[in-house]
Amino acid sequence: MNTTTSPRPAEPTIFDLSQPGRSAAAQLPPALAADVPPALRRRRPPLLPEVSELQAVRHFTRLSQMNFSIDTHFYPLGSCTMKYNPRGCNQYAMLPGFLARHPLAPESLGQGFMACMYELQQMLTELTGMQAVSLTPMAGAQGEFAGVAMIRAYHRARGDLGRTEIIVPEAAHGTNPATATMCGMKVIEIHCTAEGDCDLEALRRVVGPNTAGIMLTNPSTLGVFERTIADIRGLVHDAGGLLYYDGANLNAILGKVRPGDMGFDVIHMNLHKTFSTPHGGGGPGAGAIGVAARLQPFMPVPVVGRDGGRYRWLDERDLPQSIGRLSAFMGNAGVLLRAYIYMRMVGREGMRRIGEFATLNANYLLARLRQAGFDAAYPTRRATHEFSLTMKRQARDQGVTAMDFAKRLLDYGFHAPTTYFPLLVPECLLIEPTETESKEALDGFVAAMVAIEREATADPAHVKGAPYTLPVRRLDDVRAAKHLDLTWKPAA
Amino acid sequence: MAFIPHTAEDVRAMLATIGVSDIEQLFDEIPAGLRAGELHGIPPAASEMEVGRLMSARAVADGNPLNFIGAGAYEHHIPAAVWAITTRGEIYTAYTPYQAEASQGTLQTIYEYQTMIASLTGMQVSNASLYDGASALAEACLMAVRAHRRSKSSRILMPRAVNPTYRKCASAIAGNQNLAFENVGFDARSGQTSMDALARWPGEDVTALVIQQPNFFGVLEDVDALTDWGHRHGALVIAVVNPTSLAILKPPGEWGEQGVDIVVGEGQPLGVPLASGGPYVGFMTTRMEHVRQMPGRIVGRTVDLDGRPGYTLTLQAREQHIRRSKATSNICTNQGLLMTATTIYLALMGPQGLARVATASMARTAELVAALGSVKGVETVFSGARFHEALLRLDQPLGPVLEQLARRGIAGGFDASADYPELGNALLVCATETKTSEDIAAYAAALGETLRAARAA
Amino acid sequence: MTSTVPAELRYTKSHEWIKRERDGSVTVGITDHAQHALGDLVFVETPDAGRTLATGEACAVVESVKAASDVYSPLAGLVAAANASLAEAPEKINSDPYGEGWLFRLTPADPGAVDGLLDAGAYARLLEETAE
Repeated sequence: MNTTTSPRPAEPTIFDLSQPGRSAAAQLPPALAADVPPALRRRRPPLLPEVSELQAVRHFTRLSQMNFSIDTHFYPLGSCTMKYNPRGCNQYAMLPGFLARHPLAPESLGQGFMACMYELQQMLTELTGMQAVSLTPMAGAQGEFAGVAMIRAYHRARGDLGRTEIIVPEAAHGTNPATATMCGMKVIEIHCTAEGDCDLEALRRVVGPNTAGIMLTNPSTLGVFERTIADIRGLVHDAGGLLYYDGANLNAILGKVRPGDMGFDVIHMNLHKTFSTPHGGGGPGAGAIGVAARLQPFMPVPVVGRDGGRYRWLDERDLPQSIGRLSAFMGNAGVLLRAYIYMRMVGREGMRRIGEFATLNANYLLARLRQAGFDAAYPTRRATHEFSLTMKRQARDQGVTAMDFAKRLLDYGFHAPTTYFPLLVPECLLIEPTETESKEALDGFVAAMVAIEREATADPAHVKGAPYTLPVRRLDDVRAAKHLDLTWKPAA
Repeated sequence: MAFIPHTAEDVRAMLATIGVSDIEQLFDEIPAGLRAGELHGIPPAASEMEVGRLMSARAVADGNPLNFIGAGAYEHHIPAAVWAITTRGEIYTAYTPYQAEASQGTLQTIYEYQTMIASLTGMQVSNASLYDGASALAEACLMAVRAHRRSKSSRILMPRAVNPTYRKCASAIAGNQNLAFENVGFDARSGQTSMDALARWPGEDVTALVIQQPNFFGVLEDVDALTDWGHRHGALVIAVVNPTSLAILKPPGEWGEQGVDIVVGEGQPLGVPLASGGPYVGFMTTRMEHVRQMPGRIVGRTVDLDGRPGYTLTLQAREQHIRRSKATSNICTNQGLLMTATTIYLALMGPQGLARVATASMARTAELVAALGSVKGVETVFSGARFHEALLRLDQPLGPVLEQLARRGIAGGFDASADYPELGNALLVCATETKTSEDIAAYAAALGETLRAARAA
Repeated sequence: MTSTVPAELRYTKSHEWIKRERDGSVTVGITDHAQHALGDLVFVETPDAGRTLATGEACAVVESVKAASDVYSPLAGLVAAANASLAEAPEKINSDPYGEGWLFRLTPADPGAVDGLLDAGAYARLLEETAE
């Protein structure tokens, strides 16, 4: 490239397109007069762009085209369950009647919406084997928060004030320890065995009268089923602690095993994973929680109840021991509607097939990659709905890391797997194909991995320089963090 | 099989590659005793057509009332382009921009969003959004405790004129970390947070003072005096604001002598439908000096290997995936989709359009207050200047009145009597630019008839 | 990758180094091994002068793009000074961990406690063991 000209961004910012006096005139309401007290008036207008409607439409459409997405690319991001988001779920959740409904409208003007929410609560209860469900948490992390807060409230309600420790396996997602801290708990991390199970000896050493509970993901973040779950349940329950189920990987066992039957006291579900609501470029999610009977009084409100033939909101008056409210209204209602529609289309038998075909796809992909010479992190174990590869050998022999493979995959038209998580696996690629991908898509991914491996041997520098075909090449993260440029500023 | 593409031949070939005879064998590590039985509580699969018919019937059943409720969620016109673009598959079905090179669209949108929201609030930096306004206030309180190192009390002064649900949410989320929320009363005549009530904390250690503008009653607070009081008493000041109002109201960055320290609010009025309460989008801005204490994703502009500008997530070492139990928050994602809608909305409205929306909403509310205030049995509760909401007192219990109005296709307002029993039958009403003079006249007529009937009964 | 371990310094298991100064105070920083493991540093937070620290108390933060780590006070004592230049130039820790990249100076409550810390030989062995 010509280094004497200053580089130009692929798409200018919306502020670069702005011209004083321009507007999207069709959007302007009538000019009315109102009397703002002089001391409270804004003196200078905010920095908002002045563009035509077409300019805005074209700008944001172009930006969208710079993204990878499920609709455009295979997206095997481990632990994120990037499955097809059916368009019908979106269309019917965005019917005008649903969009126009004010959250505080009288219950008589919400029976249709509330029926959906009530039935969603019922279906999730059945599917997880729990006693009751609250839909209010707005993301997985908030569901986790609700879960640990309920555990805390349960112990306190019993006067059992010494239980201030939450046990977390070291393989756990970072939200688990962060959540425990937000709930005022002390985090005790324990090891995993070489085969990826929880180390029961380590658990035995730390569990006791201070144990409030344990947070587990099963299948674990290592992509394997926690085989010792019955022993863990015994140890923790016998010590007076409760079991928390992180539903990040629920897709793997949907319809096959129910967390309630495994003995969990509280769970959260990521509806944006298992029940196929869109990830939206990073949110919104929905983190519904399910509880065993002893935690039911502590559920976050509101939940939908039913009196005779009428649906009504249950709030603090119905659940006086509730941990309270986590959102301004009732959570991410529109996401919940999409999950409801999805579950109705998938139905009873389909639920079971989700777990089955997610597992089939993961095991097939793992088998093909191993046949092609890649190294499984846990070679003696079955894949669940996902599995981890270790690129330790490639990093050592060719200097080509898991990150380099990830970046080069983008050039081949595949979104990268999750990299460097779980932290326990060196040079880790965590791969989750989901049930909605065809055999051909999986075969294409294997072909790309094989081609990159070949490149890594012949010309490692080429792989390390990837990607080449995207709007930008690798970005300078150090510069981004050291010279913070977080807002656009007009040229001086 | 809904959304599963496998043919019988695919399954045979895949099982052969794995080396198992059937799919069930793939679950052989799960103890047999744990296997689930039939899921009787879940209905059989339905086609898109069948579910679509059910959903259409239910959406219609919720009616489409003439809405005069605000109380934290506001009905505004949303340009058609906003959701036509936001629901494009490339936006709708992408995930968090972990692979920056494959997510420049999302990342640049966040950068533009951060710029607009920072400017709107008069602050230096914005994050990429939080779940909603209420949870954003909880995060702001936690952030204030981290950012204010000299303060040891973790005491947050919370005016009663702040949205009651926000207060509940803040204590549910932040209360587990020993924050002490203490109420500050409001002036019974003006509806403003009372400076006299603040005198209860002379010279005491206060970590932060919360100010909502306009407050829950729609009344405009004396934000300069409150902000200066907070700073004079060594507290950080947290502003909770309505983003539409900031097109015409003084931004929190200019309140008092120094401006506030943290700003949060609900972004829903900026292009997000009411939709039963979510998903919405919380925003948060602050001064540069506190940026490392701010929770949530932040995007920065940098350059790539060839020196071309590009965008990436930055300051990630604050976040849970690196800091684990010492993270600023357990939050992972932002509200990407809603943040996108908000950015497109603000681009389409521009400074002039947003100011028109704000002014028209204020004018319509003044018209509504005048119309309803002339109905027998209705009086306005507070004298203070207001934005686009007002508290009215009715001479009849609100439950039956609102139910009667609902039957006539009017969502008449929010019943505030449970949260503020001392104010009597207090009804919070709102009109935005979406309401016409005819709408307002229709409501006034319906309310008059309803109250007359109630008194007669 | 071998990292330097100057012979005249003392060390902790959590990879801080400690240098005895003539006036009885000690200077504290993070080791060459630690800066390598963290990568390019982008932010450093040092303790304020006048702060009293307990042994093992988390008192500074060093942050790279991919990691953030607490720095623990090797000794109990009073913070005498902090390296203010790191705010603008955290990369000094990468380029000169034992010199310009120092973090803070401490007046130990018990001057003799320095002798209880690891010497260069013991720290070098610790690094070898963890490498295995």
